[in-house]
Amino acid sequence: MTHAVLSEEIPYTVEARPDTGLFNAKLGIWLFLASEVMLFGAFFSSYIMLRVGATEWPSGLLSVPMGTFNTFLLASSTITVVMAWFSLRLGDFSKFKLYQGVTVLLAVAFLVVKGFEYRDKLTHYWVRLADGTELTGHIEGRPFNWSTATLHDPAFGLTEIVFHPDAGHAHAAKGEATEAAPVATHHSLKLPVSQIERLESFGPWHNTFLALYFTMTGLHVLHVMGGALVLAYFWGPGSRMWKTDPRRFVNRVEVSGLFWHFVDLVWIFLFPTLYLI
Amino acid sequence: MPTCPFGPIGGPLMSTTVASHPGAVAEPAPHTHPEPGFLRKYVFSVDHKVIGIQYGITALVFLFLGFSLIALMRWQLAYPGQPIPVIGRLLEWMLGPEMASQGIMSPDLYNSFGAMHGTIMIFLGVVPLAVGAFGNYLVPLQIGAPDMAFPKLNAASYWCYFVGGVVMLASFFIPGGAAKSGWTSYSPLAVIADMAHRWDGQTFWLLGMVILITSSLLGSINIITTIIQLRAPGLDWMRLPFFVWAQLVTSFILLLAFPPLQAAGLMQFMDNVVGTSFFLPSGLVVAGQPLEVSGGGSALLWQHLFWFLAHPEVYVLILPAMGIVAEIIANNTRKPLWGYKSLVYGSMAIGFISFLVWAHHMYLTGMGQTISTFFQTTTMLISIPSVIILTALLVSLWGGSIRFNTPMLFALSFLPMFGIGGLTGLPLGLGATDIQLHDTYYVIGHFHYVVAPGTIFALFAGIYYWYPKVTGRMMNEFWGRVHWAISLLCMNLIFLPMFIQGLEGMHRRMYDGGATYAAAEGVAGLSQLALKLNVSISHAAWLLGLAQIPFIVNFFWSIRHGRKAESDNPWCATTLEWATPTPPPHGNFPEPVAVYRGPYEYSVPGRPRDYLMQHEPDQA
Repeated sequence: MTHAVLSEEIPYTVEARPDTGLFNAKLGIWLFLASEVMLFGAFFSSYIMLRVGATEWPSGLLSVPMGTFNTFLLASSTITVVMAWFSLRLGDFSKFKLYQGVTVLLAVAFLVVKGFEYRDKLTHYWVRLADGTELTGHIEGRPFNWSTATLHDPAFGLTEIVFHPDAGHAHAAKGEATEAAPVATHHSLKLPVSQIERLESFGPWHNTFLALYFTMTGLHVLHVMGGALVLAYFWGPGSRMWKTDPRRFVNRVEVSGLFWHFVDLVWIFLFPTLYLI
Repeated sequence: MPTCPFGPIGGPLMSTTVASHPGAVAEPAPHTHPEPGFLRKYVFSVDHKVIGIQYGITALVFLFLGFSLIALMRWQLAYPGQPIPVIGRLLEWMLGPEMASQGIMSPDLYNSFGAMHGTIMIFLGVVPLAVGAFGNYLVPLQIGAPDMAFPKLNAASYWCYFVGGVVMLASFFIPGGAAKSGWTSYSPLAVIADMAHRWDGQTFWLLGMVILITSSLLGSINIITTIIQLRAPGLDWMRLPFFVWAQLVTSFILLLAFPPLQAAGLMQFMDNVVGTSFFLPSGLVVAGQPLEVSGGGSALLWQHLFWFLAHPEVYVLILPAMGIVAEIIANNTRKPLWGYKSLVYGSMAIGFISFLVWAHHMYLTGMGQTISTFFQTTTMLISIPSVIILTALLVSLWGGSIRFNTPMLFALSFLPMFGIGGLTGLPLGLGATDIQLHDTYYVIGHFHYVVAPGTIFALFAGIYYWYPKVTGRMMNEFWGRVHWAISLLCMNLIFLPMFIQGLEGMHRRMYDGGATYAAAEGVAGLSQLALKLNVSISHAAWLLGLAQIPFIVNFFWSIRHGRKAESDNPWCATTLEWATPTPPPHGNFPEPVAVYRGPYEYSVPGRPRDYLMQHEPDQA
């Protein structure tokens, strides 16, 4: 029982069914996208419910320029993915390769930018001292994702950390406002480990906004990765089908393109929700 | 007009064989491709029938496991604090002394078993059997398709289900044991129940659920696409068997209702493992210590997302059952279904409204009177199509010359049992009465009437009914009736008394069956009757377990030794699955089929036979 035999047996794998006007996979992907809308819809609903119930909501934690650049990357890839499919329909395989390749590269670039954004958050710290003072800023050497446990970990052997508080004042990202910031903030501080009650990076555990940010964009990143893998497969080894079963290959590229549009669309909603409002 | 003589006792089959494909019994279907090896054929198969059987067997095993958990819990409820005979020692050896010291079920183990009983029964037992097994096996056959639209996705769906089930089962054996916060996994309890372990039972539960939801997603896309795209020529929408309609609506519910639970599951996973506070409000104190989390989450949010799935899920449990019962009733009354279109539109209405009733599980959360009023209204509305369907099935019996064979007995029992389950739900759907009844045994009685003697009876009916199509042999009629009679009796002995216990205020999660509450001074606690009922319910539950032995033996024995089905259509049915060879070969139909008529043309006046199959062209 080979793949070819099987596909011959099942009707409308390539041809559209006359009364529905769809081939099977096209209906399948639309159904899948409907369920994806419900998945992300649940996250956006949760965002609304959590934000409405929140006493305070941080703003300005994310870099709008980086987000805008990423929006530009994904929006461009939406165009190139259509160009790839359209070139294929016109029978221009080399142009398909070009546009499909550009789409994959744009996806990879998006992921790289996202990686830098995550790194920025996980090297940004909030600290609460024994006297109740709360500070936000960076630790000398920009260590990645330390926590209170790291400070007391004998493997690190830390006795003090050099802390660069954020410009302005130590803002109250958590709990009460801290008017009693001990020193002028653009100086670096030496904080003995014994004085530090709690240290955490601006990861998803830090507040509800960041929890939503990491979870929603994280799920979106998984979708970008999955989509990019499929697109790359059709650019590379999967494109051999162009020689053996060109109509089916065009269908496949169309279906993967529909998924890619959805991934872009999610980001179009994520960007203003998380970065701008 | 001669009727199909294969009645309850099994008289000789009339000489008229199935009209359309000559010599179907004897000749094997022409095979064009070489026979695949054992692994490809039975294990990693992409044939919808094999996958359906895989789903069916796995789901039956899980149903048995889920039942075993409650059978053990029933010991603790009837005889609180006493060691479970024999099995208690086994539990201690398998799960450790902290779970079952001296064979006595610990509160933690009781909670684990309770949570996993619900989870296994719903997500690993009934739905995979109703949709995975029956849907997979029958939908392509009933619509005249060679297979599902996406055979490989179909296999992937089964294997996701299998892996999800293994993850759930594995959680019993990890430190801290399986999830213990009910099948509803309410936060914050679910997150703080086991602070000692980060990868605790709840985390496994969430992982298992995410995998199971993936399985359900793949399955529902496949069923919907298959029904829309692969119907045989002439099989237009109003000629679909009602079973197919039920599967279509069910699949849409699965497709659209499960993702919010997936989202909720991912968020609770983040709470549990990464340390976020999606569902953890500020100011939580656990064991006297303030919880070091950012807080600001919402416990209500979990309930909204959970019930957004879990109420439609109730209709996922009941709609396929209604589909099975409809097929069996039409066949055994030898009459067209009464109100076919009402059934179709009724099931669509159920599918739609089921997305608008979820918060009737949450009247006691303090979400507010306005919201409660909205959900009380929609809840009353959804009872209308449910009653329409039940009425149509009931009226279908009117004037029929009913054949009381095992499938029909189970199908007929479904009607009053589902009726009791449905009607006892009304007081729960109205806020004023729900305040009294919420979280009591009344609720347990109510939804078990819907699912246990309701859906599970319909599934038994379906197994007895389609068994000859799958195996070519009939299941034993006598033992089938024994199975039916004792099961029906026990189901009522178990669930009817629960209404009394519930009205007395017995809480559904009481570890000692309410003994402490009954003995408490200064409160109007439980009566001695409620406690005695614990014992009788437990005895009935164990007898119900024993009553399944005839079924299990019958099921396996009949594969080789059952009486041979005389034709491909032993029940003289009308729908397309009976037009295939038995068992159907790979590709199902030796020749392409076309459909000429509706699904239930029984006893059409002026015809030589009392049934006309859908693919038989008009002779005139």
